Amino acid sequence: MADDIESIEYVTSLSRPAKGCAGNTGEWRVFKPVKDDSKCNNCLICWIYCPEACISKEGINIDYQYCKGCGMCAEECPTKAIEMIKEDKF
Amino acid sequence: MVTLKSLPEEELFLAGSTACHGCPSSLALRIAFKALGSNVLLIVVASCTSVLQGSYPFSAINVPLLNMAFATGGASASGAVAGYKALKKRGEIEEEPTVLVWAGDGGTYDIGIQSLSGAAERETNFIYFCYNNEMYSNTGTQRSGATPLGAWTTTTPAGKPQHRKDIAQIMIAHGIPYVATVSLAYPLDFFQKMQKAKSIVGTKYIELLAPCPPGWKFPSSKTIEVSRLAVQSGMWLLYEHENGETRFTAATKKIIEGKVRKRPVKEYLDMQGRFKPVLEKPEGKEAEELLERKVTESIKRLKGWVPEYI
Ligand SMILES: Cc1ncc(C[n+]2csc(CCOP(=O)(O)OP(=O)(O)O)c2C)c(N)n1
Ligand code: SF4
Ligand code: SF4
Ligand SMILES: [Mg+2]
Repeated sequence: MADDIESIEYVTSLSRPAKGCAGNTGEWRVFKPVKDDSKCNNCLICWIYCPEACISKEGINIDYQYCKGCGMCAEECPTKAIEMIKEDKF
Repeated sequence: MVTLKSLPEEELFLAGSTACHGCPSSLALRIAFKALGSNVLLIVVASCTSVLQGSYPFSAINVPLLNMAFATGGASASGAVAGYKALKKRGEIEEEPTVLVWAGDGGTYDIGIQSLSGAAERETNFIYFCYNNEMYSNTGTQRSGATPLGAWTTTTPAGKPQHRKDIAQIMIAHGIPYVATVSLAYPLDFFQKMQKAKSIVGTKYIELLAPCPPGWKFPSSKTIEVSRLAVQSGMWLLYEHENGETRFTAATKKIIEGKVRKRPVKEYLDMQGRFKPVLEKPEGKEAEELLERKVTESIKRLKGWVPEYI
């Protein structure tokens, strides 16, 4: 053990910024937001309201690796372009 | 004119955090960073935000961040501001960063008030941001000085018998240059107030009503709708106070000017499970009427600060 500790140059309590600091939070999802491009008018409302920064401003693409499925985007979309669909696998 | 399209695309709050579904604090951080840019020192005092920023060795916050003790928001900012001033004097930094304290209502209304008050009195140049979820969410939803009358928490199981205090008014009484209230349902109003706070030298106090899905007992998809109804019912009033004058903003302004009808407080209460215990009792009606009266009182008190409405 002592060898291991001595091999560590320094111990820091600093965290580094990174996406997915809680892992692939997309795995938390029960419902998945699915966008119908034909209904989307690019108003950016879902983009501004996603608490997890999972919707791209350019192209309104949802990042399913991290989207937690909270449903705020679907709830606020004025054209009802986003539907929450139950994930079939857990 | 500020539009959604004109807001910066860059995200300084990174996806995949440890926040709950529909968390108002993570969304507020996202919007605040858009307004303030990346030259920010974020000081987080013990709260849900200590947790939702991620777990070691990673962080969802892409600016320098200090995690500080519960009571120390104002004091930590004072130290940081003094430190940056010294670094600038020595020529080690070109521009002093915006010092932003991020604290919950417990960390502001209750344990942090003396430290905040001291920093304000010393005219410390920083932004104090209180995200007010009206309870101690991080430790399991206990009552705070911000919990409204009638609300269930684990320490007020039958509904809180007292109403919340109004800390934004306490900050106005400090004579600081900028005090504003914000809501997630009005993101452009929020963004502009943050930008204004950044441009003003001195102590700035901004408070967000932060509807907490698990604590307030509503579905995670409704954070914005609950935020909106809080404003539309008058339970949360949007304004900014500058140079001794208060200006109502966004939907609150429209309600005060009589352009939009205020919605009944009852509609707001009914959206949330935390008011169920009190509303189900015979005294429920009384609590609702009392809250309605509190709204009228708050508007009246604020109007005292609004010269054109006197
Ligand atoms: C001196 C001290 N007392 C108690 C705690 C435990 N504690 C950590 S967070 C918290 C509640 C914070 O409530 P609030 O400020 O409203 O933030 P929220 O969790 O609601 O986001 C408490 C009591 C602490 N960290 N330090
Ligand atoms: S809110 Fe709806 S219409 Fe607007 S950009 Fe998002 S998906 Fe498109
Ligand atoms: S469901 Fe929630 S986390 Fe997923 S994209 Fe919509 S708002 Fe973002
Ligand atoms: Mg709180």
